[in-house]
Amino acid sequence: MDSYGISSLALVLLPLLSFIILAVAGKHFSPKISALIGTSSIVISAILAFYIAGGYFFEFGNISGAFTKQIILQFNWLQFTNDLSINMGIVLDPLSVMMLVVITTISAMVHIYSINYMHGEEYFERYYSYLSLFTFSMLGLVVSVNIFQMYIFWELVGASSFLLIGFYFTKPSAIAAAKKAFIVTRFADFGLLIGILMLSAGAKSLDFFTIIERLATPGSAYLANFSGSFIGMSALSWTLLLVFIGGAGKSAMFPFHIWLPDAMEGPTPVSALIHAATMVVAGVFLVGRLFPVFAVSAPDALLIIGYTGAFTALFAAIIACTQTDIKRVLAYSTISQIAYMMFALGVAGWGADKSEGFTASMFHLFTHAFFKALLFLGAGAIIHAVGSNELKNMGGLRKSLPITHITFLIACLAISSIPPFAGFFSKEAILSSAMHSNPLIYYVGLFTGGLTAFYMFRLYFRIFWFKKPEVHAHNHEMHTWFMNIPLILLAIGSVVAGLIPFGHFVSANGEPVELTIHLGSVVLPVLVALTGIATAYLYFARESFRPEQSVARFRLFYSWAINKFYIDEIYLFITKKVLFNLIGKPIAWVDREIINGAINGTARLSMKTSEMIKPIQSGRTQTYAMFFMGGALVLAAILIFKFV
Amino acid sequence: MEMIPLSHILIVSSALFFLGVYGFFARRNLITILMSVELILNSANINFIAFNKYLYPDKLDGVFFTLFIITIAAAEVSLALAIIINLYRRYNTIDIEDTKEMKF
Repeated sequence: MDSYGISSLALVLLPLLSFIILAVAGKHFSPKISALIGTSSIVISAILAFYIAGGYFFEFGNISGAFTKQIILQFNWLQFTNDLSINMGIVLDPLSVMMLVVITTISAMVHIYSINYMHGEEYFERYYSYLSLFTFSMLGLVVSVNIFQMYIFWELVGASSFLLIGFYFTKPSAIAAAKKAFIVTRFADFGLLIGILMLSAGAKSLDFFTIIERLATPGSAYLANFSGSFIGMSALSWTLLLVFIGGAGKSAMFPFHIWLPDAMEGPTPVSALIHAATMVVAGVFLVGRLFPVFAVSAPDALLIIGYTGAFTALFAAIIACTQTDIKRVLAYSTISQIAYMMFALGVAGWGADKSEGFTASMFHLFTHAFFKALLFLGAGAIIHAVGSNELKNMGGLRKSLPITHITFLIACLAISSIPPFAGFFSKEAILSSAMHSNPLIYYVGLFTGGLTAFYMFRLYFRIFWFKKPEVHAHNHEMHTWFMNIPLILLAIGSVVAGLIPFGHFVSANGEPVELTIHLGSVVLPVLVALTGIATAYLYFARESFRPEQSVARFRLFYSWAINKFYIDEIYLFITKKVLFNLIGKPIAWVDREIINGAINGTARLSMKTSEMIKPIQSGRTQTYAMFFMGGALVLAAILIFKFV
Repeated sequence: MEMIPLSHILIVSSALFFLGVYGFFARRNLITILMSVELILNSANINFIAFNKYLYPDKLDGVFFTLFIITIAAAEVSLALAIIINLYRRYNTIDIEDTKEMKF
């Protein structure tokens, strides 16, 4: 193992080490020491990630013009049959190296930021131990060599997100949100598990690269294992759709998106981590990991992913326009942006000219991580200063939060894909790949881009303009440099991340792809985005009657959107009214009346019998003697009749 | 000398036995019940002696049994009297109807 191998192992294990130390001995440390342990471990991981990325992309990864996978470490953990085993290991390929950089960078920013944000919080060290665990699970997920290894870390991500969302465990809403996140994603993971089992049954392997090799080769003998079909789609497509359901759960695709807005109950930096770099991109990563199989052998499944993504993008963007809690707006914008990544994968295909969507999706994942983390950390700073999540308590904050103001503006410009910010390049790549393969998805993406610009700038104007700033505005940022520095660094990232020639590094088959930007195709999306910004300016730059007028005009639609299209209510209806009444209650009745009744009946029967025969035991010696005598006489009579 | 027939002796011992049984069931006084038990034992003794004498005159097995029974009866009486005294101390009575606490 060379220095890159050792550093990649250290990169993954350092957060685990920090978690163990903080979890075992955390309460003996002062908050400063806990923060130091958690932060330093992840900062070292981030440095190692950059070192590995440099080494992989410029030294050992590129073999004869294409990036190939490098398995750094692999050992057999559980052997089922000769060819079916769970291996643990670390693989470096463009996808995982890119994810390592994103995860560790964002996580390091969040760790640093939390030093100020969570200052004085009870259970401070526990917060850092959870953060470390969360980062570790996500790192383990992206370096997995084996689909089952990934599943293990996948569940670990779910469990640690449960811990973090429910961090304020004295708040009932936080507990409910944590449970909701866990149950919804767990439900989706059931699909993933079945998908994994079917995949391994067909491909006779759990190894990622063996599966890809066996199933992504046209005419491969293993494809015959999936020869059946169901409702017009092959068994392989169904298998991959089941895998995608797991990804949809984690990535909050419709209809599994309901957990993400509620996950806002966790501390704001945690939201930044969940939304930007971990958890929600796990689903995109999963589809990206199995992309060759999707693209070569099951393009119909990929198309469904594309439509799901496009629908979710639009749907979430509409809801985001109406919400009044800033973290909720950001949550819906995350759903919308992740959906962009999903439909970018969906419109992609196999081959040099078609797989642009794959690269675009990963590119958007990369840039989105920066500006979404920035938006959430900025929102955290605003909430920290204002003490409320609600938009109505804000306005005119640009004087009291100058750094947050500038960085938030940069992030808004980036997410609205205004050139030359990061989001512009990645979203252009997504839209251009969609335009070439599926016009319907392209127009949905275009329109959603306008909505994105609108709701982000609604947020921006509503927070920082709207009212006149106070004359003697108190600057809230003087003492929170641990919060300001990550904001500034992420703002720089949001500006320059798009300039990276991403196609040269990450692509579906490892060979460099040129993400060209045609002037002609750029004009329209940018115009749409500018329209969105202009509308937001008209409506929210200062107090006016325009928002109320528009609300009045679209009253019905508005009330639908502000109530999130009643998806939560539908879920509640299905679970509480339908499932509980039709299935839960009869089963409970069977359990209570028949199973429990049988046990109770036995007990009651023996009690009745014993009550009945109890009087025989009278305690009167002479009665006993009478019985004895009677018995003796009967015996004597029997003997006499028998032998005489 | 003409021997008394065996049946006469058996009639005596049966009478004694049933007197004892009757006493055991009908009496309420523990000491009287104890005496009834003695009657039953003695009726058995008579039977042993009689059968030994009439059926196997040259053997002594029945006599030995009788001796054992007398010994055991003596031990039993002392034990029973001890129990009765304890009962008396506790309940201030030796009426068997008043000492029926050992039940369900």
